[in-house]
Amino acid sequence: MNPVDVHSAAAAQAHDIAVARKDILRIATAGSVDDGKSTLIGRLLYDSKAVFEDQYEAVERASKGDFVDLALLTDGLRAEREQGITIDVAYRYFATPRRTFILADTPGHVQYTRNMVTGASTADLAIVLVDARKGMLEQSRRHAFLASLLRVPHIVVAVNKMDLVDWSEATFEAIRDEFSAFAAKLDVPDLTVVPISALHGDNVVRRSEHTPWYQGPSLLHHLENVHVASDRNLVDARFPVQYVIRPQSDAHHDYRGYAGTVASGVLRPGDEVQVLPSGLTTTVAGIEGPRGPVEEAFAPMSVTVRLADDLDVSRGDLICRPTNAPHVTQDLDALVCWMTDEPLRPRQRLAIKHTTRTVRAMVKDLHYRLDVNTLHRDLEAGELGLNDIGRVKLRTTQPLFVDEYVRNRVTGRFIIIDEATNATVGAGMLVPGS
Amino acid sequence: MTTPDYRLSQLETLEAESIHVIREVVAELERPVLLFSGGKDSIVMLELARKAFAPARIPFPVMHVDTGLNFPEVLEFRDKRVAELGVQLVVASVPDAIARGTVKEEPNGSRNRIQTPVLLDAVEEHGFTALFGGARRDEDKARAKERVFSFRDEFGQWDPKNQRPEIWDLYNGRIHLGESIRVFPLSNWTELDIWQYIAREQIAIPSLYLAQERAVVERQGMLYAVNEFITPREGEQVRREWVRYRTVGDANLTAAVASRATDVEEVIAEIAVTRMTERGATRGDDKVSDAAMEDRKKEGYF
Repeated sequence: MNPVDVHSAAAAQAHDIAVARKDILRIATAGSVDDGKSTLIGRLLYDSKAVFEDQYEAVERASKGDFVDLALLTDGLRAEREQGITIDVAYRYFATPRRTFILADTPGHVQYTRNMVTGASTADLAIVLVDARKGMLEQSRRHAFLASLLRVPHIVVAVNKMDLVDWSEATFEAIRDEFSAFAAKLDVPDLTVVPISALHGDNVVRRSEHTPWYQGPSLLHHLENVHVASDRNLVDARFPVQYVIRPQSDAHHDYRGYAGTVASGVLRPGDEVQVLPSGLTTTVAGIEGPRGPVEEAFAPMSVTVRLADDLDVSRGDLICRPTNAPHVTQDLDALVCWMTDEPLRPRQRLAIKHTTRTVRAMVKDLHYRLDVNTLHRDLEAGELGLNDIGRVKLRTTQPLFVDEYVRNRVTGRFIIIDEATNATVGAGMLVPGS
Repeated sequence: MTTPDYRLSQLETLEAESIHVIREVVAELERPVLLFSGGKDSIVMLELARKAFAPARIPFPVMHVDTGLNFPEVLEFRDKRVAELGVQLVVASVPDAIARGTVKEEPNGSRNRIQTPVLLDAVEEHGFTALFGGARRDEDKARAKERVFSFRDEFGQWDPKNQRPEIWDLYNGRIHLGESIRVFPLSNWTELDIWQYIAREQIAIPSLYLAQERAVVERQGMLYAVNEFITPREGEQVRREWVRYRTVGDANLTAAVASRATDVEEVIAEIAVTRMTERGATRGDDKVSDAAMEDRKKEGYF
């Protein structure tokens, strides 16, 4: 194999594209193999040149039909290949000159809902796949609902297999209208619907000549251009203290820094701040980032904050502005996604991890269980089983510093841990009223 | 430094995420250790650990699983870096374990599998509860499925079909006695991100990663530089070629790639136009089967 000519114009161009400043878009895909989800991901990776020669050759060898089965690029576990299904989230990486993408490829089956929640929890955008021949199924509704529950700000419905319905505009419009009506009930801030054929690549990377009636962008063009800067909360300064740095060395004898990741808002040196739970106020003396002092810190920067006064601050405390503090409460009202076989029941004792604070809690009340397919609320439900979602009231042993999830995706969320098994058994999103 | 639109670049985002993960482990788990091989990924991970706790020292030791099949330059680099940072180095030695009889040399000469029990013994001996590894999800299909906090039972085994849900960045590091967590702070980095970060932060790396003219032999289409572990076999022609190492593993198994990239910027240009994965291009040990990595990981490989 000849070496790459690293001095060529092509190499110089590739270098410059690679090092150009880009942001990251985190995507979650939901759907089953039958919807063509793996084929779509394979197509995105292949057409954006994120598939390497040796990977492609391995897939070519393994493909059984007349064409190269791009779906084989994705499923990673032996059991997944054997069963032809996606069981757990797989992460894929690709980049274009405009953006880098982290794609969480999540399973579509209801029995793996918890894995879909794992993948969608960090996403900026969710792609829900619909088979054009079948229209909107129960599964598509569930995927859209879960994405909206997690407040994924952008949802794209990819109406796939358009080649199998003769590129029918009417079919596409019917699905689009049905989905839009459903999404309106879910409070989805941004919904885009694209007609595609993942197998042939139509409207995936480039606009297709088969859909002259479609005026929108290709899927990749949309992913490259979707505006995410305003999705974040830059108003409410929230800094959960993660770790206290005390070098105790001669050079830094009195240094005491509060390390953490900014949850929301902006912090600057000189800002007057309040520390919870003590309620004491002081000012920010300085902020250090990975490359030394910074003038401002915003999410999701990992920084170290120094305070002007010597206060007692430890992990689990929260730094905010005195005029804009979160709720300090021991009573949580949350939508909980339950993730284990052993059901959630009233009176149960659990541990809750919220930002950097872990506390014990008791289930006070199960208000209702939500049917994820119909959105029907079952007020008679006595428990939440595996993959169920319900509204739960909890009482904690120590106060937490919380915001509503719709306002703040970081201080409005928590996970539930079973103290006997140490397993993560649930995810909670705080609703108004906490 | 101010950022007008309050958006971090991809490198800044990845850096912040990794530092968050490293701090979270130190806050929640009692005895962490960082696996440091002297390879580029573990070098970047160690640099992120330094940043995470500056101006204090890194509050945990580093461990090298020494197969005895090292590139001498990488060992030198390891010792120099450890001394500069003032961290403790723990060496888990495969040759010592072979001498003691706790593991047996495999007929093919690869110590890839037998390093796993050596690693697990060292973890038990030192009571480590969390192991930072430099693995990235873009390396392999099985790795693509792994959590950032990856739970291991008392035998060090990974159960890929029953992983803890990992929601948002709320990592669950709770374990019972004897269990441990493998932590992968570089999960979301790609090979190209690693190199861009090395360039941006001007991080020192062993010069094996840069192209030089070396004496090589060709085996199964791959170029192996002649060294103390690779000697020409009968019928093999030694020739001189410009090559560099894209990964640095055991010196008896790691192939070099034909390259003219003599500095980090040229490496970035090369990777940006190269159409072959790191492991496919350089590792004899990963070609066994499609599930080779999954099988090794289940046994406790990192």
